[in-house]
Amino acid sequence: MNGLLPDLPVGRVLDVVRAPDPVLAARCTEVDPADPHVVQLAADLLATQRVSPGCVGLAANQVGLGWRVFSVDVTSHPKARTSHGAFVLVNPVLVEASRNERGREGCMSVPDLTGDVKRATRVAVRGMLPGSGEQVLVETDAFEARALQHELDHLDGLVFLDRVAGAHAVFARRVYL
Amino acid sequence: MPLLAVTVLGHDRPGIIADVTGVLADLGGNLEDSSMTRLRGHFAMTLVVRTQVPAPVVQAELTPAVPDLVVAVRDLPDEPAPPSTGPCWVLSVHGADRPGIVSTVTHLLASYGGNVTDLTTRLSGELYLLVAEVELPEATDVVDLQRALAGVASGLGVEATLRPAEADVL
Ligand SMILES: [Zn+2]
Repeated sequence: MNGLLPDLPVGRVLDVVRAPDPVLAARCTEVDPADPHVVQLAADLLATQRVSPGCVGLAANQVGLGWRVFSVDVTSHPKARTSHGAFVLVNPVLVEASRNERGREGCMSVPDLTGDVKRATRVAVRGMLPGSGEQVLVETDAFEARALQHELDHLDGLVFLDRVAGAHAVFARRVYL
Repeated sequence: MPLLAVTVLGHDRPGIIADVTGVLADLGGNLEDSSMTRLRGHFAMTLVVRTQVPAPVVQAELTPAVPDLVVAVRDLPDEPAPPSTGPCWVLSVHGADRPGIVSTVTHLLASYGGNVTDLTTRLSGELYLLVAEVELPEATDVVDLQRALAGVASGLGVEATLRPAEADVL
């Protein structure tokens, strides 16, 4: 199913902001999904995500905009079970979460570290599609659930470092060239 | 049998743990708790070893066996572990690096009777990260502590989160 991705303008690849930039630590604000700037941002997030190897999600504040918008695409990721393909949610809200599991996360905005974070493996997230503003409910599991919670955290000004499981749950990221 | 504290620090290479623990095993030492990690390319080990062999002898055996490493061996009083004071919390602090983050934050924790049982810091480019496990007395007003933490964090220009350390019971 790919009914979640509306027609969008051509996306631009934007620079990704890195911690400790304050935009990553501030709560993002609700926006109008029909605002052309929001629609353009949706396209830009997907375009930026697409050129970033291994990137399965990107929040608006990671490109410097404090708006409640993120993109997710876990297509063909080995840890994904359910996948809704590439999509963008505006003003998303977590409405259900269950079955916690620990897993290791990285983030484009924290490029050199990874950390073990406990996340729900089943979630339901309500949000609006960019452009139409249509309300959708995304029910998913496994890796897509983790990606959604990671991006929702970004919109609340949290990075995975705020949730690491303990003092020995932070690691230097391995770089494979 | 007496307890010894063995600390070893040096430029990381394959085989450090094998070399050090090999000598200790040959001396009949029994490794109890240990912590080993890599810090900025240096490998750091702290080992608590139970052995009949006196500290100076262990030192004299270890030093030539790992000439590239700094070794220190000390007697350790054999005291029972202090009882757990209360529930465990995880503190994460991150932000732009500056002097005094660890001292300011741990000072505040201590003023609430918090006991840090584990702490890791990482400097990654400009980003400084501290993650600590903290035991707080049962009666701690956590909301008040969280408010105080937010205060010192904003003074340092960093973000601080204090959450319960949830243990999975399987
Ligand atoms: Zn992220």
